[in-house]
Amino acid sequence: MTTRNTKVMNRFDVTSRLIGKLKHEEAVIGGIGNTNFDLWAAGHRPQNFYMLGSMGLAFPIALGVALAQPDRRVFALEGDGSLLMQLGALSTIATLKPKNLIMIVMDNGIYQITGAQPTPAASVADIVAIAAGSGLAKSAWAADEEDFERLVEAAMSATEPSLIAVRIDDKPGVGATRRDPVQIRERFMHGLGVREPL
Amino acid sequence: MAIAERQATPAAGDNSWHGIVLQTLKRNEIRLVPYVPDRVLTPLIKNLHADPFFTTFATAREEEAVGIVSGAWMGGRRGAVLMQTSGFATLANVLASLAVPYQIPLIMFVSERGTLGEFNYGQSLVCRTMRPVLDSLALEHHTITRLDELEFIADRSIKQAVTTQAPVALILNPLLTGGKVFDK
Repeated sequence: MTTRNTKVMNRFDVTSRLIGKLKHEEAVIGGIGNTNFDLWAAGHRPQNFYMLGSMGLAFPIALGVALAQPDRRVFALEGDGSLLMQLGALSTIATLKPKNLIMIVMDNGIYQITGAQPTPAASVADIVAIAAGSGLAKSAWAADEEDFERLVEAAMSATEPSLIAVRIDDKPGVGATRRDPVQIRERFMHGLGVREPL
Repeated sequence: MAIAERQATPAAGDNSWHGIVLQTLKRNEIRLVPYVPDRVLTPLIKNLHADPFFTTFATAREEEAVGIVSGAWMGGRRGAVLMQTSGFATLANVLASLAVPYQIPLIMFVSERGTLGEFNYGQSLVCRTMRPVLDSLALEHHTITRLDELEFIADRSIKQAVTTQAPVALILNPLLTGGKVFDK
């Protein structure tokens, strides 16, 4: 791994900055564990979906939402360990090119929630290089918080899918999502305008 | 007698197994069909690609396809996943942690290998894990062996999955499709 020039940021802070930029009922899919805990802690929105398991599927789930609702921007928050489980999904997304899909990877090089063990990629692989090599040309490291916000703004008007990787610290998530899968799914569908409450 | 694979065009009235599956998907407004390919599914996949009604594409893994159709359903678009028996064997985690607890009408078509003339021991073993996994989660599943029952089972099962918000697996048996036989 070559020397990185990206600042080490904090997942909750970066997630809060993202949520603060959403003005058009954008969908946000939170991957398992800390990514969705911090999404929850940043303030629940009806357009948020929180995963309970199925590690690695935040991007595929977000792709499905993006294909179903091409006029809505769809964000997915995924950890580096989760992404390593489903790298093939990057090529699927690159092939389909949904312009409304924005992937954010929170990279701390560890499985924080299981005891901070290093991932197999931690010292040898580069997430952005993997994404670019998978066909996602619009992939970039965020240099710092301001650069992250700039990349998010650019992605919101992009004509192809975007991937933004953020180096984060080893802190756990701030909140704890209420683990009620049916209610999470139902409220998400209300938030996307697919259904009305009973 | 096994129904041999035909080179039929995907027109309405096509009475091949894959023609019936395609028309049943269409009648039930299932437009999104990600798949991991299988030799037996080839004519169905080819005809789905040829029909602009469908958005169909390959994924790298079956659970990826399950994630995609789950997201699409929450966004208001119906989908179904095509796979082979060995692909179903990779799905226990996503079924138990996404499709079932979130009550998602996941529609799966599984081309059955491992029985009725299987030549690969690994395939015959992995096939034996499929129904126990489905039964352990109390998932609806049907093994389709007869052409004259295909439309009824597929159409009713899709409608039941949607209205009860529960997954269903439709297992396409070699008696229906002809299966894959040792050729080299």
